[in-house]
Amino acid sequence: MLFVLLRLLPGDPANALLGVGATEAQIAAARTQVGSDQPLLTQFVSFVGNLARFDLGTSFVSKASVLSEIGNRLSVTVPLTILGFLLAIVIALPLGIIAAVKADRWYGAAISIVSQLGIAIPVFWLGILIVTIFAINLRLFPSGGFPLKGWANFGEAAVALALPVLTVALVIAASLLRYVRSATQDVIGSDYIRTARALGSGFVEALVRHGIRNGAVPVISILGIELATTFLGAVVVEKVFALPGLGSMLLLAIQQRDYPNVQGVLFISTLLVLLIGFAADLLQRFIDPRLRGRAGVS
Amino acid sequence: MSAVVASARRSRSSLTLWLGLLLVGLHVAVALLTLVWLPYDPTALTGGRLAPPSLEHWAGTDRLGRDFFTQIMIGSRIALIVGISAVAIGGLIGVTLGVLAAFATRLLDDALAATLDILIAFPTLLIAMLVVAASDTASLGTAVLALGIALSAIVARLTRILAKRVLLMDYITAARTSGTSWLGIVFQHVLPNIWPTLSVNFALQFGLAVIAEASLSYLGLGAPPPNASWGRLLQEAQGTVYTAPIGAIAPGIALVSLVIGVNLLADGLRDIGDPTRRVSR
Repeated sequence: MLFVLLRLLPGDPANALLGVGATEAQIAAARTQVGSDQPLLTQFVSFVGNLARFDLGTSFVSKASVLSEIGNRLSVTVPLTILGFLLAIVIALPLGIIAAVKADRWYGAAISIVSQLGIAIPVFWLGILIVTIFAINLRLFPSGGFPLKGWANFGEAAVALALPVLTVALVIAASLLRYVRSATQDVIGSDYIRTARALGSGFVEALVRHGIRNGAVPVISILGIELATTFLGAVVVEKVFALPGLGSMLLLAIQQRDYPNVQGVLFISTLLVLLIGFAADLLQRFIDPRLRGRAGVS
Repeated sequence: MSAVVASARRSRSSLTLWLGLLLVGLHVAVALLTLVWLPYDPTALTGGRLAPPSLEHWAGTDRLGRDFFTQIMIGSRIALIVGISAVAIGGLIGVTLGVLAAFATRLLDDALAATLDILIAFPTLLIAMLVVAASDTASLGTAVLALGIALSAIVARLTRILAKRVLLMDYITAARTSGTSWLGIVFQHVLPNIWPTLSVNFALQFGLAVIAEASLSYLGLGAPPPNASWGRLLQEAQGTVYTAPIGAIAPGIALVSLVIGVNLLADGLRDIGDPTRRVSR
């Protein structure tokens, strides 16, 4: 499917490679080199064969190995996504539970309103606002960029990721909070909590002992989707903060019609997304024994 | 007790609805106004460069000295056009595919459902990016088409589930035995029954489309100038945020107010359309 979509991109990569002034002979030579003179079927077979060997080819533009380029980029995007994600959980879990338990208090309602605001804010604008506040007014962090040496320069790299991580975290937290809140509401209204209360356990105790396990199942499946979305959506945050991540690699590759790079990024992303989904599934089964007997989720 | 809660919930949902209507109405009014009147010519260099907000320029001027408020007003129009047309395209493709899948043979249905599940795992923006990349020229039309295609997967999946639920009803069996054609069933029974849920979903998708278009424009894959998309305004203003922070704030407020308005409207409509949400809990 990926392959078909990419071949639909108009414009021969050979043309994109050489620019407007190229002669016919040069174009023909370039076509042979990138393989776009071969029949589509041949291209497809070699594409699949290479994938199986994890050979993603070399970039049309930079001639660098796609896989090693992706590896470099992942060293930015993976920490960004995972740290942002963990921070989001730290923010959203307590706030979501408070918003559900204390819905009749002003702060419960306030949390709900703020999360409503949060889901309406585009990532890039939130990023720009955070830059304006923390980098320009308070001068606490750099407004963007990443050290050229990468993680070899650990302190600088960590500081460079601080604001992007905050941005990612707030965006996920806003939507996660709503799911946590409604899962908690379901738990509070459930019979087993009423029974536990009737048997004499305190409200908080009932919630901790019985609620968390039950409430976690729907939340985890959302977490999996959110993690995948964040990972794939990193392109916007990376653009705001000028980070050399996987997303900016994809954006550049699309602009340059660098098929091997586009293909490689999409392939690795799809693989990671599937892995995340699989992991979320396993975790759910671990928490809720009722799911274990069931065949694969449709 | 539950009666009190229910009435409180009802009054809150009508507040939600009115607030949503107000915000959306404001944007519609501004968008209509831009068709007949603008404070300044959007391309005219009317003042100093990057001037701060003043009585003459409510949101200051951009790096070339064009009035920023005028461009934000035009942004309202573009956002509404993008939102409505993307949802229309996504709705048309999505509902058609969803209904077909619900009626199709088991094999075809499973294949469609699996494809949709994969597509939905990718964010709307990413799919839209690839569609834009697949077309030669960047234009407002391309962006809208890309977003429509990206949204259609979500619509199709929802339609399929809703339609299948309707098809299990007794009145469908009755209609079938009395000889109604499947097209008749679609238009007389399926669509009217799933419409309330779908329309609420369309409102949410409108918000998604507006955000995604702004993001596309921000990434430089959206409508080219002189279309004043809020995303492009923000992207240009990010470079001058040190000297003129207002440019990086005002278009964002416009965007968020529209999206919140539509989301509130959707919430309000859902509470009205779905009585079970009003009474229970």
